[in-house]
Amino acid sequence: MADPVLQLRGVGVRFGRQEVLRGVDLAIDRHQTVCVVGESGCGKTVLLKLIVGLLTPTAGEVLFEGTPLHRLSERELTRMRLRVGFLFQQAALFDSLNVYDNVAFGLRAKGGVAEAEVRQRVRERLAEVGMPEGAEGKMPAEVSGGMRKRVGLARALALDPDVMLYDEPTTGLDPIMTDVINELILRTRSRRPVTSIIVTHEMRTVRKVADRVVMLYPLARLGPGEPQVLYDGPPGGLAEADDPRVREFVAGDARARLEE
Amino acid sequence: MATTAPSRAEPGPPPDDDALPIGGPIAVALVGLGDWTLFSARALAGVFGRAFAGRELLRVAVEVGVNSLGVVVVTGLFIGMVLAVQTYSQFHTVGLETSLGAVIHLSVVRELGPVLAAVMLAGRVGSAMAAELATMRVTEQIDALACLGVDPVKYLTAPRFLACLGMIPLLTVFADLTGLIGSTLICLRVYGIDSHHYWEHSRSYVGVWDVGVGLGKAVVFGGVLSLIACHRGFHSKPGAAGVGRAATEAFVLAFVAIIVLDFVLAMFSNALHEVIWPDAVAKVV
Repeated sequence: MADPVLQLRGVGVRFGRQEVLRGVDLAIDRHQTVCVVGESGCGKTVLLKLIVGLLTPTAGEVLFEGTPLHRLSERELTRMRLRVGFLFQQAALFDSLNVYDNVAFGLRAKGGVAEAEVRQRVRERLAEVGMPEGAEGKMPAEVSGGMRKRVGLARALALDPDVMLYDEPTTGLDPIMTDVINELILRTRSRRPVTSIIVTHEMRTVRKVADRVVMLYPLARLGPGEPQVLYDGPPGGLAEADDPRVREFVAGDARARLEE
Repeated sequence: MATTAPSRAEPGPPPDDDALPIGGPIAVALVGLGDWTLFSARALAGVFGRAFAGRELLRVAVEVGVNSLGVVVVTGLFIGMVLAVQTYSQFHTVGLETSLGAVIHLSVVRELGPVLAAVMLAGRVGSAMAAELATMRVTEQIDALACLGVDPVKYLTAPRFLACLGMIPLLTVFADLTGLIGSTLICLRVYGIDSHHYWEHSRSYVGVWDVGVGLGKAVVFGGVLSLIACHRGFHSKPGAAGVGRAATEAFVLAFVAIIVLDFVLAMFSNALHEVIWPDAVAKVV
């Protein structure tokens, strides 16, 4: 079997006195779509930022195609990042640039791409995510939340990434727009072979797009020595998981929590 | 503590009290100064590597330069007028009012022009820069830049540094000129000082060296101010309170740095003057 694209080995993260991740081991195979679920504050977003080198772990190591990130030179890390697309929670569009320039940003920064090709690629990506014509000149503040997410997705896809990271792609969107984003994730996967990691607590997204689900639990609620990954398996097994905390999360059942 | 790798994406968050074994504000300040130095070195590497967009440089230069002209002109004009009003009575008592031109113009060109222009810009431009970058940090735009293969420190700080380095001395020229105009208006028009002797004294005592020292200070103030503002913005804490705090810290730290550097540069320029012209007589009005 081929080596995993991404690996976390005994990863721990601590901010001052607050420990967010502890001893997390995870291996993600090529072209897999993994949903990382868990309560707010369990370290899902931190996990994504570790993968792309925006944060460095306080313990353990993160490997991309077998190479630990901390051993990569600055140039190599940049090259690695250009192979990873990141859709941020609030899209993180650049305020001072319009929709077109936001999507074109990565291509221009990479260099060596003619402006005509940039134009073609930007239009293709915007069309792929269903942005209406005429939206190219709009500023991020002038478009809706759902559109911002779509532009963010187009920007992340502009460089044809091998790995896509989605940070709560459907949070704050209405049910229709949530499904639009879910469809776009599926469409992206069908158009090009891509490994996807989706951080979410939206169970509809999990059921619709995931090959595999990883559930993290907040360290503050765990006993000493308990593993932070409560579930790692197919989405179909979530409802029948042995751990009652997994079943409660999937069902959205807070009764046990209220009784604590 | 988990950090963003300093040599990679952007420098890590500011030092945490818990992470320092000896603790205390002095240790935090020293670690902060070290972090700022590394941040500044990285920004300077961005300047020499042209790791930023020309359009961004132009936008910031217009914001720093053109949009600040009004406040700098008003500040310079009134400082000149106030100096004339405050010094006239003392000099008039001993019959030396014609020397006011030399005293005021020297003060404005060497000290007050550069310092007040820089302080005004620390408030107007520095805190705005810190707030803008802090908002980019909070809304993950800085992380997005790193993910798109761009070094955020170089890309965002280098144009701001260059804009301040170029624009703040230019604005200081305007502060100097309007300071001179303000003081001259009060001295000649209100107090009726003899214009010939007023200008003669000024010409004798204010030279190219003095103007050069003032503008040299402005260059240093501009560079340091922008680096402090950008550093605070990059290290903003989350939320609206974090952005507000970054803007306030940028102004306060830049203000203190300007005053301290003014003293250091005044000492240095005097020492340099003595080395270059050892026989020069001390200026006595």
